[in-house]
Amino acid sequence: MTTSIKQLPDIEQVLSGNGACGGCPATMALRIVGKALGPNAIMLLTPSCSVASMGMTPRLGYNWPCINICFATAGSSASGITHALEIMQEKGRLQGELPTVFTWVGDGGTYDIGFQALSAAAERNDNMIFFCYNNEAYSNTGVQRSGATPRGSYTTTTPSGKRQQKKNMALLMLEHNIPYVATATVAYPGDLYDKVAKAKSISGMKYIEILAPCYLGWQFDMPETVQMSRMAVRSGAWLLWEAENGKISFNKPSASIINGKKDAAPVDEYLMKQGRFNRLLKGPDAAQRIAEIQGDIDREIAFMRERAQITI
Amino acid sequence: MKSVTKAYRPISWPTKGAGGDTGSWRVRRPVVNTQICNKCQICWVFCPEAVIDRNEITIDYRYCKGCGVCATECPTGAISMEKEE
Repeated sequence: MTTSIKQLPDIEQVLSGNGACGGCPATMALRIVGKALGPNAIMLLTPSCSVASMGMTPRLGYNWPCINICFATAGSSASGITHALEIMQEKGRLQGELPTVFTWVGDGGTYDIGFQALSAAAERNDNMIFFCYNNEAYSNTGVQRSGATPRGSYTTTTPSGKRQQKKNMALLMLEHNIPYVATATVAYPGDLYDKVAKAKSISGMKYIEILAPCYLGWQFDMPETVQMSRMAVRSGAWLLWEAENGKISFNKPSASIINGKKDAAPVDEYLMKQGRFNRLLKGPDAAQRIAEIQGDIDREIAFMRERAQITI
Repeated sequence: MKSVTKAYRPISWPTKGAGGDTGSWRVRRPVVNTQICNKCQICWVFCPEAVIDRNEITIDYRYCKGCGVCATECPTGAISMEKEE
């Protein structure tokens, strides 16, 4: 049973008046994450929009101890802090419950630049939660292509649309045999809250990826952030699932798409609302481009359906 | 705060308004019609800025950036975006 909105706790870890854009999906998601993690946590940030959102020194927009680190070192820095905390507890210099160590990293710091440190941390199974808020481009530097950018999407470095498919990063992390992997998005806050609360209770490496539709990068209207996130799930372009000890289970509403009870909505409406696809879907090859994107989504759904059958 | 030794003191402390009075960024202001509002708290959960009071459904205009997510998500249409004067 998913936690309802009225059951969410009052605690606010993202403070009003931070430096994020209006309608930012990253702070939207981080608020829900904060409700699940509570104040006893240490946050690590690599260069991303969330670092800019912290505000100006000597003020801080997040109510956690925050550490800004190099782009490629999210996994290794979090490992170091976890080990230090464990040793401090062993020596009696730290009393009470250990703080949760978590990283708040964009898709560039996870898919591309930070991947080797993340992979190594996952292989060591260090006790941390790795959050990736995925806005499908390097939005902080002005929207460049990343490993998470889907096929056919406009970015400043792919002016005629990206020609390659995006990676399935959550599945890659699952193949590291870590205790918990999950995907979530901002339109389903109860689902996100449950996943973070579950990850907090498990020891070892946890990976949670949150789809965060950035209105500047995706080029849609600012108030439609949550709608876009919902459309991504309903069209099957983003699947909500979690895997505990390697067993994949799908969450509503992706579960009904996977088990065939409900067809995924056609991808056209989702694409046409976003300027990053829309601007390239005006020429004579529009139908072929849409078919390619739809093909990627169908293949991903079929693959994940079969992958979930493997429970060994 | 005083128990932290100087060498380990952080540079920044959590404060509201770390980006300044962000209410000045606003172009349109959300206004809640309390007669239609059924206090479902959907606006509160989706507000990226945490400026909506959960129980009273009032908005802190000092920091509200006027993104309009609350007005779009409101199921009863109780929040309208009005022009800033």
